[in-house]
Amino acid sequence: MSVGSALPHDAAALHVTGAAHYVDDIPVPDGTLSLAFGISSVAHGRITEMDLGDVRSATGTIAVLTAGDLPCANDVSPSVHDEPLLADGKVHYLGQPLFLVAADTHLAARKAARIGKVGYNELPAILSIDDALAANSRFEEGPRVYLKGDVEAALAAAKHVIDGSVELGGQEHFYLEGHAALALPQDSGDMVVHCSSQHPSEIQHKVADALGVPMHAVQVVVRRMGGGFGGKESQASAVAVACAVAARATGRPCKMRYDRDDDILITGKRHDFRIDYRAGFDDAGRLVGVDFTQYCRCGWAQDLSLPVADRAMLHADNAYLLPAARITSHRLRTNTQSATAFRGFGGPQGMVGIERVMDHVAHHLDIDPLDVRRINFYAAAGKASADGASAALDTAGRTIQTTPYHMPVEDFVLHEMVDELEDTSGYRNRRAAIAEWNSSNSVLKKGIALTPVKFGISFTLTHLNQAGALVHVYHDGSVHMNHGGTEMGQGLFQKVAQVAASSFCVPLESVKITATDTARVPNTSATAASSGSDINGMAVRSACDEIRERMAAHLAETRQMSPRNVEFRAGRVLAGADEMSFAEAARECYEGRVSLSATGFYQTPRIQWDRIRGTGRPFYYFAYGAAVSEVVLDTLSGENRVLRSDILHDAGASLNPAIDIGQIEGGYVQGAGWLTMEELVWDQKGRLLTHAPSTYKIPACSDRPDIFNVSLWSKGRNAEETIHRSKAVGEPPLMLGISAFLALSDAVAACGSRYPALDAPATPERLMNAVNRMHAP
Amino acid sequence: MREIVFLLNGERVELNGVPATRTLLDWLRENRGLTGTKEGCNEGDCGACTVMVSDGTGARTLNACILFLPQLHGKAVRTVEGVSGPDGSLHPVQNAMVRHHGSQCGFCTPGFIVSMACAHRNGRSDFDVQLAGNLCRCTGYAPIVRAAEDAASEPVPAWIAEDCALSAAVAGGTESGASGMAPESADELAILYAAHPEAVLVAGATDVGLAVTKALQEPERCLFLGNVQDLKFIDVGPQAVRIGAMATFAEVGGMVGNMHPGFGELIRRFGSVQVRNAATVGGNIANGSPVGDSPPALIALGATLHLRRGNDRRELPLEDFFLDYGVQDRAPGEFVEAVSFPRQADRLRCYKLSKRFDQDISAVCGCFNIRLQSGRVEKARIAFGGMAGIPKRARHVEDALSGREWNETTISAARDAWERDFTPLTDMRASAAYRLEAARNMLVRAFLDDEGASTNVLEIAP
Repeated sequence: MSVGSALPHDAAALHVTGAAHYVDDIPVPDGTLSLAFGISSVAHGRITEMDLGDVRSATGTIAVLTAGDLPCANDVSPSVHDEPLLADGKVHYLGQPLFLVAADTHLAARKAARIGKVGYNELPAILSIDDALAANSRFEEGPRVYLKGDVEAALAAAKHVIDGSVELGGQEHFYLEGHAALALPQDSGDMVVHCSSQHPSEIQHKVADALGVPMHAVQVVVRRMGGGFGGKESQASAVAVACAVAARATGRPCKMRYDRDDDILITGKRHDFRIDYRAGFDDAGRLVGVDFTQYCRCGWAQDLSLPVADRAMLHADNAYLLPAARITSHRLRTNTQSATAFRGFGGPQGMVGIERVMDHVAHHLDIDPLDVRRINFYAAAGKASADGASAALDTAGRTIQTTPYHMPVEDFVLHEMVDELEDTSGYRNRRAAIAEWNSSNSVLKKGIALTPVKFGISFTLTHLNQAGALVHVYHDGSVHMNHGGTEMGQGLFQKVAQVAASSFCVPLESVKITATDTARVPNTSATAASSGSDINGMAVRSACDEIRERMAAHLAETRQMSPRNVEFRAGRVLAGADEMSFAEAARECYEGRVSLSATGFYQTPRIQWDRIRGTGRPFYYFAYGAAVSEVVLDTLSGENRVLRSDILHDAGASLNPAIDIGQIEGGYVQGAGWLTMEELVWDQKGRLLTHAPSTYKIPACSDRPDIFNVSLWSKGRNAEETIHRSKAVGEPPLMLGISAFLALSDAVAACGSRYPALDAPATPERLMNAVNRMHAP
Repeated sequence: MREIVFLLNGERVELNGVPATRTLLDWLRENRGLTGTKEGCNEGDCGACTVMVSDGTGARTLNACILFLPQLHGKAVRTVEGVSGPDGSLHPVQNAMVRHHGSQCGFCTPGFIVSMACAHRNGRSDFDVQLAGNLCRCTGYAPIVRAAEDAASEPVPAWIAEDCALSAAVAGGTESGASGMAPESADELAILYAAHPEAVLVAGATDVGLAVTKALQEPERCLFLGNVQDLKFIDVGPQAVRIGAMATFAEVGGMVGNMHPGFGELIRRFGSVQVRNAATVGGNIANGSPVGDSPPALIALGATLHLRRGNDRRELPLEDFFLDYGVQDRAPGEFVEAVSFPRQADRLRCYKLSKRFDQDISAVCGCFNIRLQSGRVEKARIAFGGMAGIPKRARHVEDALSGREWNETTISAARDAWERDFTPLTDMRASAAYRLEAARNMLVRAFLDDEGASTNVLEIAP
């Protein structure tokens, strides 16, 4: 059975030969135009004039569009229609698209886009969290608050109380393939759009609105993306809609790709946060109450910021039972890029908050942070809670332990996983060895940290938890598979193909993977929230099962036997005394006039959620993991390196262990990058200064840990009935990178007796400043 | 106007009338339909467009996005499409990448494949160095390095091995281009440049490339220097080392590394392999960047710059060449011929500070040449990048050290001198305060390194 096999990525052979086509590689018809945006040079203001004469007369320019030239909706917002494709009188951030140039070459379009003369009446720009708080500039009427128990009473009664604050920078996605789209006008005003998007149905919807046509007139095709990471969930709309409206206006195919600097200047990034905390605990470090205030910088448009901020709140507990908790979330509107989805979707920020508290508590009590973490863990599935006082019993006498949003935690496996990791990584001995090493090294200091991850799986907007599939079996036995999920490198297509092959018990080569296409499977959700293989795998299996049952029924009927006794095995079909190949069976069913095509559909069960009250079951299940990182820090400069990382991750019963390991290794490095070297810097005018890889540094080859031990948890099996009992693996491993950040904090702590209170990203500068604070009188 | 002739994946290509600043990347993708080579950043920082370029001197990787077609004359170019064999058989590194799950989204993969194939051909197994110029956002690099290690012992395929020899067949003739000229000697360059002082000199194009791809400049006239053979030299004489302006950092790194290991390590972290294969010492000096990494080290070594205009030659201490931000002591039509520094016992220590170790521009680059006599500082030459609008000597600090005992007291006493030497800027790389503090700490580090203390995180094993 191909499910569970460590098969290569479906396109691996194409990747390594350069034969895998991305949007910009698709051969285009003669006469295809290239597009570029003219963008704003101020962060906030009214446009007083826009003189585009030079743009129109520039060499190669064919057309120039402004907001007034758009035929219908001027809107690329995924949520509340507050994001025009082209600025309509007002600009809200530096980098906002103002006008659109269509030219005969990419270079001509870029050149023309730079020579527009735009006058502004500048308005004060709200840039920082503090600016926004002072101006009460926010989304929603006020902060959201989740409550569990009486946190003030708990803190008042606590033996120990600490408070603090941690700042977390944003993160540029830096998918290697920038945004790109190609619009091909069809008969009757229809439009075919190829684009690099995690959400083809959203593109279809936005293009249809922009052209004033029903969704049936727009077909969106996505074969693959050169990376997404959330950055192509909502942000792909602008290039796709631009291509469609320009194609409509000129009657010619239109293609657009952002130059890297434009991509970084125009599109949203991970939300930066400040999290203030107060925590009460006993002598053992057991928490009695925690009060978090999360300040989330959302940028200028709402985009997906509300569910991002929600997910940060939903992960403020991470792996720990909080007997009393208050989580307050401010969603602040600023004149900066509209922050958007990024792998983890707010979860990582929320999680850093509580991991910081764990670290701070341990430092306060001078005990090993791992002991503090463990004593606060949720109880293991089926075991009594660590904190009997806050745990109720259900009618069967089982412990009910709930999150701050009142969801029972029923599948907690971290005790066992962390025990195993503590052992295999040699955590205790290494901590002791590090202490000794530090005592004999004055310039360099080592640090170590073990941090766990518990990440909730499901879209918190419940209706998104659905998926569709379309499967055909041809009469030669070959299988055509299509579903709503998109391939951005995560190996989704291969995993789902493995599901399909296993359903029919045919070799994987029999299954054709096809591009995501809104004309084949409609109304799909974004490939996001780690949901891809969970929901699309189930939808494909449902379609395969349907066809298989029809085949079995037909083969049984003609042989006067029960369909239950028709067996599909190793590419063969056994029906009573007859054994035939799958192809022969398909041929026989075809000739018997059996439909060999089926749609499949899946809706995630058991979830319901009230996001305003903060109660319910937003998640179908939790994914778990844990990492130990060891670092070395140079106290004279703040330079540092991750020396070793050991990871144990729960992918359930893995559909493809090789692909899952790849997600974990890559997620860890990306998460560590977010918290260490990746720094977004804006100047005082709101200009993002780090808009290219020359200034925005993602981890390079030598930044991976010297020793990098990554394992799937051998006992992993989803307690819920997911596809072959696997678990989602896209986002959770990113948060394993928190261990690198806290290991750096541990190294700083070796420089003195204070708590380091390190902010992220922990660049050499922030680290040296933290070291200096340790030495300050 | 002469044509450009080169080999592309083993096939002869002749081009006429292409614009001088047409990049190989755009030409491959737009004119040849070879879309395997990707545009990731269009500034030489991500490596997605890496190609292998061979000539009689060997095979090397370059970034096609900042490589102009006239630079390819007489070379053999191999793109990812040509890494597999003419019969479609995969190269060992391609097989290994599939086997080890080294690709996820696949967009960076072609660039990695070319870098890996070139390292494989050249017998290099220092993969962290060889792959430092290729960014991957998906894998975390571990499976890519596993693949590179796995393929290392397999033989070099014939179609890769033969490029160097085949390139000889197309060699001859000169670089050219619509608005370009390609001198073949320093004398010829001197005449051309004196006659056309407005021309842009193109050496490795790692800087000019950005002017074209990012600032969208269209130079009226380019002088391509790739064929000026007599500026490509490294002369190690009994008294001095003299480096021709067209020597690349890849060529210089080994030599200076032998004499001055600190300088060698600095060059190892200079750009990436692709950048070091293109970037020249002359270019790094002549463009006058305040954050170029070679001037501080050369100044600390007491380097002399050799300039030429027509038949007039002059020389000056390298530090005097840098007058102000963006202003150098170079007359129109005058060019860098060479830089030299005296042979000396190695006392040079170089410290490069950046957010990322590899392929990052320095926030601060400090180079110390502190000569001791009986425990006292006999002579100190200290120079910095990133601390001023130009590469600059720390003269007040030098003075504060000179004649004193080489110890922490002296270093502490020099504390105030730093602010007299430097008023650094705050920018996206670092704040002014951090730069100053880090620079001061580099002097402490220089002392501790003399004492044999462990101060380098890159030398710590897990």
